[in-house]
Amino acid sequence: MKRIGFAEVMLCLGLIFIYLPMVILVIYSFNASRLVTVWGGWSTHWYAGLWDNTQLMSAVFRSLTIAFYTAISSVFLGTLAAFVLTRIPRFRGRTMFGGLVTAPLVMPEVITGLSLLLLFVAMAQMIGWPAERGMTTIWIAHTSFCASYVAVVVSSRLRELDLSIEEAAMDLGARPWKVFVLITIPMIAPSLMAGAMMSFALSLDDLVLASFVSGPGSTTLPMEIFSAVRLGVKPEINAVASLILLAVSLFTFFAWFFTARAEKRRVHAMRQAMEETTGKAQAQVA
Amino acid sequence: MSAQPGLIKRMLDGRRLVIGIPFVWLFLFFLLPFFIVLKISFSEAAVAIPPYTDIFTWANDQLTVVLNLGNYLFLTEDELYLYAYLGSLKIAFISTLLCLVIGYPMAYAIARSGRQAQTVLLLLIMMPTWTAILIRVYAWMGLLSSSGLINQFLMGIGVISSPLRMLNTDFAVYVGIVYSYLPFMILPLFANLVKHDNSLLEAASDLGASRFTSFWRITVPLSKNGIIAGCMLVFIPAVGEFVIPELLGGPETLMIGRVLWQEFFSNRDWPIASALAVIMLLILIVPIILFNKNQAKELEGKA
Repeated sequence: MKRIGFAEVMLCLGLIFIYLPMVILVIYSFNASRLVTVWGGWSTHWYAGLWDNTQLMSAVFRSLTIAFYTAISSVFLGTLAAFVLTRIPRFRGRTMFGGLVTAPLVMPEVITGLSLLLLFVAMAQMIGWPAERGMTTIWIAHTSFCASYVAVVVSSRLRELDLSIEEAAMDLGARPWKVFVLITIPMIAPSLMAGAMMSFALSLDDLVLASFVSGPGSTTLPMEIFSAVRLGVKPEINAVASLILLAVSLFTFFAWFFTARAEKRRVHAMRQAMEETTGKAQAQVA
Repeated sequence: MSAQPGLIKRMLDGRRLVIGIPFVWLFLFFLLPFFIVLKISFSEAAVAIPPYTDIFTWANDQLTVVLNLGNYLFLTEDELYLYAYLGSLKIAFISTLLCLVIGYPMAYAIARSGRQAQTVLLLLIMMPTWTAILIRVYAWMGLLSSSGLINQFLMGIGVISSPLRMLNTDFAVYVGIVYSYLPFMILPLFANLVKHDNSLLEAASDLGASRFTSFWRITVPLSKNGIIAGCMLVFIPAVGEFVIPELLGGPETLMIGRVLWQEFFSNRDWPIASALAVIMLLILIVPIILFNKNQAKELEGKA
């Protein structure tokens, strides 16, 4: 009973609404005219000019570095948090723990940014660290809020898992840490990957937190773009924006492709193993 | 969830460590900072580094705590702040409603599509959330400007004769917020709708309910948790939104995130910025608790 209803029409319109502005942005980044709204023929010279913009390039490099470390640390922290939430049902302060994990998802960024900055200033006064704000403080800020996203993604996966496999390994005498590393981690690997990508992208994207907790000389890419964009639309920014869109789409697509393939293989291998064991059991009965 | 006694007992060794690491991190870098904001909101702005006075002083073996309520009084005196709070709440509320109205049918359509199509559609919805929000907002600056494509198009087909002022208005802010936050509405709604049992709808139609009645009386109530999660994911961050009103809004678009930013970066008045943050948090505390409760249910699989 497949039919095209109101919902399907809305879905199509919604997707057009989401993607059309981005497509137009990319097309106009190839506009030869300096007047951003007047079409002056195809050209790539806004892209060529980007390489010579050393200030922009160092901001790109800085942002990528922070995003890389954020992805690693937030997957570590988020996975631990997800594990606690799904596998340890009772401990003192559990409600608070749950709140601490989920609240960063919705907390307005200006509040988180301001409060972290004030924390860093207070810490610098009291213990002398961080002496100056920069990439480390941005990394801490990003890790704290990305870990929450990872925790949500990973915990939904952990909940689906069949506990009996972990139980079986334990019964066979494996230490908890060994079970976690050898059994649990490989089973939740796709969600770890998804969490890492999400953190990388969120960190690369963040303007508000970085603006609050960065120091002199540690301008990130979004801060660079923001200060340029504030004054209006510029062809160079169209080119940077298009490159970021391209990078993110490719990255997302490949990550999705590989995790989907890995998942398919895993399901296939499991089914095969099941069939083999039932086959053997039937043979024995016969 | 049901506890697995054997598994849990053996986890006890590393348990403290496993709980401790994320707990300490989040406590130190998420919860503790709020108390510092609260503290500084009671101090006075000063020309110093950092630019505020200390509220605790220690002299003659006496700890003196001076709470300066001046910042809060100042906020009530100047109507600008009141209007900024009200403006933020209004814009966030209307944007949330718009997201729900647009997002619900979209999530519903994805939940009803085939498995293969579902993955692709979800990816299409999710991809923008991983792309810089700044860039997506920036894309609208070009579209909405008075010489932008939308005005060119409308003038081209003869609907209007002179360009409409769309950029730097509240209208542009609504477009920007709905555009940026729509995926955050769709994803939790989809996660909820996809779990629904079709047999309930079949039963309803067997009993003579129209498609609309069964949708309204069965599907919508069942998706309550998804609606709450989606609305909170849009409403709460939208109240404090800074980038969208700054880039798309006009000078008359008063939103509290923008005012806080100006107090902090332009006026360097940290105590006032802190007081603004404290009041914003007080306003948002109820929705945040609602969201956390809802999310806790989801995380533990009780939903």
